[in-house]
Amino acid sequence: MLVLIGILIIIAGFMLRFNPLLVIMVSALATGLAAGLDVAAIVAAFGKAFNDTRYVSIIWIVLPVIGLLEAYGLQQHARTLIGRMKGATLGRLLTGYLLLRQALSAVGLTSVAGHPQTVRPLVAPMAEAAAEAKNEALSDDQREEVKAFSAATDNIGLFFGEDIFLAIGSILLMKGVLEGYGYQIEPLHFSLWAIPTAIAAFVIHAFRLRRLEQRMKKQGASA
Amino acid sequence: MITLDFVYVLAGLTFALFALLGLYDRSNPKRFGNAAFWGLLAVSMLLGDTLGDFGNGLLVLALVAIAGTGQIGRAPGGDVPADLQAERAAKHGPFLLLVALIIPAVALAGTFLFKWVPGLADPKQATLISLAIGVLIALAVGMARLKPPPLLPLQQGRRLLDAVGWAAILPQMLASLGAVFALAGVGEVVGDLIGTTIPEGSLFGATLAFGLGMALFTMVMGNAFAAFPVMLAAVGMPLLIKQYDGDPAVVAAIGMLAGFCGTLMTPMAANFNLVPAALLELKNPYGVIRAQVGTALPLLAVNILFIYLFAF
Repeated sequence: MLVLIGILIIIAGFMLRFNPLLVIMVSALATGLAAGLDVAAIVAAFGKAFNDTRYVSIIWIVLPVIGLLEAYGLQQHARTLIGRMKGATLGRLLTGYLLLRQALSAVGLTSVAGHPQTVRPLVAPMAEAAAEAKNEALSDDQREEVKAFSAATDNIGLFFGEDIFLAIGSILLMKGVLEGYGYQIEPLHFSLWAIPTAIAAFVIHAFRLRRLEQRMKKQGASA
Repeated sequence: MITLDFVYVLAGLTFALFALLGLYDRSNPKRFGNAAFWGLLAVSMLLGDTLGDFGNGLLVLALVAIAGTGQIGRAPGGDVPADLQAERAAKHGPFLLLVALIIPAVALAGTFLFKWVPGLADPKQATLISLAIGVLIALAVGMARLKPPPLLPLQQGRRLLDAVGWAAILPQMLASLGAVFALAGVGEVVGDLIGTTIPEGSLFGATLAFGLGMALFTMVMGNAFAAFPVMLAAVGMPLLIKQYDGDPAVVAAIGMLAGFCGTLMTPMAANFNLVPAALLELKNPYGVIRAQVGTALPLLAVNILFIYLFAF
């Protein structure tokens, strides 16, 4: 029971808005001590895991390219492009991106899109431009919401597409865990059973994107 | 053969240059903190495998000390003026879009190439390696045509990274915390707790506990992978699969997706939820989570219903 103290520290620390890195370190130390490890062993375990998961942080190598393109006006160009397309509404744009992201992830191409490489330079400015086309006086809060939904759409497309792909980590994990209990299951079965949820995710989120589009128009009209 | 080490060297050099340029940026009152932080990250990328576990641990402690005492900041301004951007966009627009698409296109092509032609690159890391190659090609093409000042990409890249700040390593830190949790047996304790809350003899109650447990435990750990073995051992295997004879493929596959609904609602999944908020410069760090909850909750209900309908 005592090892749960780390979870409490995380929840309290995030809620009180202490620096998250500090909260994580304190939580790791408390959890390790509660489990009877000594401090040096905890530091070493944390260091090993940090080194093993460095690939998580390599995505930042795209920033020099994004920085260069943005300095030369990539975001403006993305906006102009959407401005020229008559039928490109906010809802249609983000729904189209959702479908594309789900489809790419479903064939295993999860890293071709993402927040640094596609959402910040392309999707978010395009979504903002599409919202502006219908409502010139977009407020700061509305702008925030459009950007937040651009990021949300990327996440939802990724999560509920990737499990259709046979060789993704989560499917291999499921296969491995069930094998431990003596069940031999082909990866294809897991993939197929991810399809109903993928469809449901698309329907629910596309509906919410339509509502977002209407909300952006209405608030603008009353302001 | 190209391995992930090539990407680590590239990332290490990028962080090292960010640190060096940051050190000379006198407009940033916290330039020494920034330089030390990105410099340590460069050391981790370049020399992590030779530092040893304890050495890496000390490096992490130093990173936490710098960030935790508020030594990281960003220089004000530095944006290219909007009218200059618009003027340049009118001139280079289509080319910029083309360069932006080089990265995903090369990532796509490389992934297939490295899988079909063995021996070129580690096929398990094909996409990450291709992504890095795509970055190099895009940079070369962009520099050749636009002819910017040589340091401009690095300076602008550094400015973007400074805007993200310490949150840039939050995902890696949380993944490491997960490893300590696993070592301490946190998962088993949570699983036992959830197991005791299920009403006796209720198939729907057990399904509900499994789905909600996957989502909640994923929210705590920030990762459905950590929640899955625990919830399967506590509820999925003994009740849904063994006692009620559920289809293990359905229970596992849709249970995992119920966990993904939890990922959409937690700050612990920093790379999906907090980092984009920083990258898009949102005022509310939880703005992305707020946008996702309305999709995650109904989808979680649908997933629980799907398990109930399809598994039995």
